[in-house]
Amino acid sequence: MLRRPCLAPLEDEVRPRGSGAPAAGWAASAQQAEEALLKALRRGDEAAFLTLVERFHQPMIRMAQMYVSSAAAAEEVAQEAWLGVLEGLNRFEGRSSLKAWIFSILANCAKTRGVRDQRSVPFSALGPEDDEASVEPERFLDQGHPRWPGHWSEPPQAWGEQRLLTQETVVQIARLMEDLPPMQRAVMTMRDVEDLGAEETCRILAISEANQRVLLHRARSKVRKAMERYMRDSEAKP
Amino acid sequence: MSAALPGELTCRELVELVTDFLEGQLPLADRTRFELHICYCGGCRAYLQQMRALVAAAGKLTEESVPPKAKAELLQAFRHWKRREEA
Repeated sequence: MLRRPCLAPLEDEVRPRGSGAPAAGWAASAQQAEEALLKALRRGDEAAFLTLVERFHQPMIRMAQMYVSSAAAAEEVAQEAWLGVLEGLNRFEGRSSLKAWIFSILANCAKTRGVRDQRSVPFSALGPEDDEASVEPERFLDQGHPRWPGHWSEPPQAWGEQRLLTQETVVQIARLMEDLPPMQRAVMTMRDVEDLGAEETCRILAISEANQRVLLHRARSKVRKAMERYMRDSEAKP
Repeated sequence: MSAALPGELTCRELVELVTDFLEGQLPLADRTRFELHICYCGGCRAYLQQMRALVAAAGKLTEESVPPKAKAELLQAFRHWKRREEA
């Protein structure tokens, strides 16, 4: 069942292209590819549309889950967002990336739906409950150490890049991200999985730059900590 | 015998600054202290490498494919949109 569309936000609400420093490093070729895709979509090219759906539909559902209470509602929100995308397609001027624009429509739909369903939007997830250290304190020499207070007592080992990029390890990272508090997961997903810039992420999630960075730091630190354990345990296996 | 100099970052402090460093958001003086520390501390170099590797690996996450039913419904919506645009 398809729902009515959400309205597309004004593009200016998403990051204006070419504003921000390194995050705006839009390769000319990527931009050209996006323009070609847009042109095909506006022509009504179904293959182009399906490419877009394959690329974004599941991430959109997962993002919607952070705002609404059921899996079914999240799917409906994603569908509504697609209608919003179609609705706005001819007005989209490419001042933000297509990806950032799509996610901002999704976030709008999800927030509206979350409010309607009386589900509080989890912005409080940034709360003080979560000020744990990025690394267990016992990994460091204590402050009274005569020569190296606060330095590693048990230093980390570099990870083999090859091993980290195996299917199994990547799946493990996905699993660990699932366990993060909602906003931490949202930020790490936008930044590290979807490769959106800091500014875009702030706009989509309606959070400040400083919050964004704190959330990203906590998310990455937690996942790193758990990955370290995982890597060590799986190395210990015969 | 060497020891940490006063005013230098400790490893324990450094791990809390890693994201600001990677984001290019450390004030200049802190960035200098960070980089100095990294020069002599193998443990923190490994830590930074782990963080970078983690970010790279997260970028490889791929999604399961879209269920055929959802895809069919969305395609339907696209065709509907196209007809309306043409009208």
